[in-house]
Amino acid sequence: MSQFETVIGLEVHAELSTNSKIFCGCPTEFGAPPNTHTCPICLGHPGVLPVTNKQAVEFAMKAALALNCEISRETKFDRKNYFYPDLPKAYQISQFDQPIGKNGWIEIEVNGEKKRIGITRLHLEEDAGKLTHSDFGDTLVDFNRVGVPLVEIVSEPDIRSPEEAKAYLEKLKAILQYTGVSDVRMEQGSLRCDANVSIRPVGQKEFGTKTELKNMNSFRNVQAALEYEVERQKQVVLSGGTIVQETRRWDEANRKTVSMRSKEEAHDYRYFPDPDLVRMQISEEWIEAVRATIPELPDARQARYVNEYGLPQSDAAVITMSKETADFFDETVKTGADPKAAANWLMVELLGYLNANNLTLADVKITPHGLGEMIKLIENGTISSKIAKTVFKEMVETGKEPKQIVEEKGLVQISDEGALRQIVQDVVNANPQAVADYKAGNEKAVAFFVGQVMKQTRGKANPPMVNKLLLEVLQNA
Amino acid sequence: MSLFDKRLSEIHSALRKKELSVTDLVQASIASVKEHDEDIRSVLYVDEEGALAQAKALDERLATGGEELGLLYGLPAGLKDNIVTKGVRTTCASKFLSNYDPIYDATVTKKLKEADAVIVAKLNMDEFAMGGSNENSGFYPVKNPWNTEYVPGGSSGGSAAAMASRHFFFTLGSDTGGSIRQPAAFCGVVGLKPTYGRVSRFGLVAFASSLDQIGPITKNVEDAAYVLQAIAGHDEYDSTSASVEVPDYLSALTGEVKGLRIGVPKELIGEGIDPEVREAVLAALKQLESMGATWSEVSMPHTEYAVPAYYLLASSEASSNLARFDGVRYGVRAENAANLIELYKESRSQGFGPEVKRRIMLGTYALSSGYYDAYYKKAQQVRTLIIQDFTNVFADFDVILHPTTPTTAFKIGENIDDPVKMYLEDICTVPVNLAGLPAISVPCGFAQNGLPIGMQIVGKAFDESTVLRVAHAYEQAAGHHLRKPERVRG
Repeated sequence: MSQFETVIGLEVHAELSTNSKIFCGCPTEFGAPPNTHTCPICLGHPGVLPVTNKQAVEFAMKAALALNCEISRETKFDRKNYFYPDLPKAYQISQFDQPIGKNGWIEIEVNGEKKRIGITRLHLEEDAGKLTHSDFGDTLVDFNRVGVPLVEIVSEPDIRSPEEAKAYLEKLKAILQYTGVSDVRMEQGSLRCDANVSIRPVGQKEFGTKTELKNMNSFRNVQAALEYEVERQKQVVLSGGTIVQETRRWDEANRKTVSMRSKEEAHDYRYFPDPDLVRMQISEEWIEAVRATIPELPDARQARYVNEYGLPQSDAAVITMSKETADFFDETVKTGADPKAAANWLMVELLGYLNANNLTLADVKITPHGLGEMIKLIENGTISSKIAKTVFKEMVETGKEPKQIVEEKGLVQISDEGALRQIVQDVVNANPQAVADYKAGNEKAVAFFVGQVMKQTRGKANPPMVNKLLLEVLQNA
Repeated sequence: MSLFDKRLSEIHSALRKKELSVTDLVQASIASVKEHDEDIRSVLYVDEEGALAQAKALDERLATGGEELGLLYGLPAGLKDNIVTKGVRTTCASKFLSNYDPIYDATVTKKLKEADAVIVAKLNMDEFAMGGSNENSGFYPVKNPWNTEYVPGGSSGGSAAAMASRHFFFTLGSDTGGSIRQPAAFCGVVGLKPTYGRVSRFGLVAFASSLDQIGPITKNVEDAAYVLQAIAGHDEYDSTSASVEVPDYLSALTGEVKGLRIGVPKELIGEGIDPEVREAVLAALKQLESMGATWSEVSMPHTEYAVPAYYLLASSEASSNLARFDGVRYGVRAENAANLIELYKESRSQGFGPEVKRRIMLGTYALSSGYYDAYYKKAQQVRTLIIQDFTNVFADFDVILHPTTPTTAFKIGENIDDPVKMYLEDICTVPVNLAGLPAISVPCGFAQNGLPIGMQIVGKAFDESTVLRVAHAYEQAAGHHLRKPERVRG
């Protein structure tokens, strides 16, 4: 079915991690008891007025700059009017025709190929509340989330596959996280994604009719929903049908998209400038002041790891995908540990452990200093790589310094040649059958002897030395 | 003579000499409402308990020689019922909010309390401030104290009628398209609409956010200056309130108008203006001339477009502002709704009166996809032209003066079936709101039928001082403000 080309555009909503809400002083913290972070203003009581949180504007500017957007020198808020119980004013304060940022881009890499995805716009708006449906048929509203600042980031229809969509989202998430403007936690709803998707015959310039996909609450679901939807559209077209412009919902349980509403049922939001808020002028100085607060972004860090530390591109990409991991790596290297070793330990052991246990870096006790010290202990021969794994596990669980663990558990490597030779000799003497096997040309016997030596030394024997001594002793046996 | 005919300084002096107490003032106010408001119905709710408790506290403070007395110490006030008062019912004269007790105070409410005024009552109005006759109150219409067959004007009709009845020392109204000035003119009292941004709108239940402004309705200009002094100023809770310094308004009342240049727009003094009204305003101009001012006719060519532009913009904003009344969180909720959409539809159908519904529909239509450019956007362009008209005139003149209304008060029921005719009555007042300027209505005579006539003085942005100075000088010379309705004279 390769005669079709997929066209995808994504709309991402990210909650900004400001201390207070965008138009009132209520806290934005996640997880408070329902309706405790509210006031007359965010509850939309008669007579209240919004006052813009400057930090929210600066966070939006910062995100826009990090996404290579132009900043609008003059911007304003508009009202998006619709009725819903989670929207107390029956309008959402948003931005219609003068978004804070526009014409940006980010670079993604899929299967070794780099590609730029355009960003049409980034605008600032307020979040709505949350509805829950009780077992008794009641609908309950929690207004804690009402008025939490959001940025909506709309991509150009530049994405050509579900994999590219996932790569775009991962990069976008990393950039927002690096700039520190959002927690980007999809499971807490601080990052949400809708997708517009269409197909067209390869070579055709015009876009096909698109459908909008909603309700995808993880990157994996975005990819799955897009894959399903692209396939569905192909089937419709191939069987002689036409695509209907509509909004479709990802049904996670049944792993398919289902129609929510057609274009005819779409809302007329009756946007108009919010008369309660004055137009904002954004000066060059303000833009530059905000730009100066943007830290090193994932692409720059990735390049630094490749150029300065000689890491493979793919390793650098994995480490920089999350700011937490990249920061951990930088701190580890600062202790004087070898960067390549640090990268390996981080990617294979640490990320492996976190993934297996469904944890994040913040959940475990190991410190970059500890990991750095441990790597140095391997380098100077104090412990073997094998022992290091035991030490590492202990560090992850207790946060203890590696030296302390090594001492407490007596894990220092045995590199005393005289002592080791004796142990090797004893093992060889005790296993004449294995010696006979070795003599008969069975190479596996060597591994057996190594295992026996390690057993005797509880794994502390210096492995290269054991190998060398074994060969010598066996020669003479 | 009513206690509330006295000057503020007289009352304060009597209070200090213990010839009078705040409790006396508040009791007089409550009694006046109880005994004399039955047929006028300017008052919706008297907070007897709260007002008397506050009066007692204020009396005690004076007795113990506590802190300095506030500017409006002890003065009983009535607030238009679209200004929220914490814990005191605030209905906007709408059935929708007939059970609504706000959980916060409006900034003006707070400021009045800080100035030691006593809020005694909440006043009747056209529902959600939509109307010019007070026939649109969701509860009962207000009548004109000068003649109960006539309307008091609106939407602050309760505030104007209560003031003409001297129920309070002062009242507050709100003005979106003339809602302070027009009822003040119809009821023979002074009504001041400050510059947009001069007084915080926080806690004023919004009708049209880009036009609404709170202001005082008083028996004379001096009182208006006192009240404005207490309520004006930047408010961190209102982004549209201006960070412009508040001058001393009392010291502006010099009685001097020598050299003052007055512009009189020919569009608002000629055709369409009742001859009696025109004559009264021309006589007032003569009076001012005799005091050293000069006047000439000017042209404000876009005036005729002001009313349609105003009704598009105000209704558009209102359609959005009033969307929050949905029966979900506060106010009245329709019973037995089968689903969410029905809950919205039924609550709003039952809660809003016909004029409010008319404007919500008009505004919703004007903002709809495909109509926005033709209506809302066009109206904004007209607004710019009207602002330009004012800028042009103010290049050569200090104030603009013209009638507050084309006619004196009309009879109850006379215009109720013809909304367009009713809307056109606003021609003299809406341009000022569209331009955001300060304007005052002062009594300038009486028609043959005994009803008061008001004239309007419009100033430059944030130049309330000049507006008050001219109004005060004229008022003191002409003395029309001293005449009171028959029923109050006793």
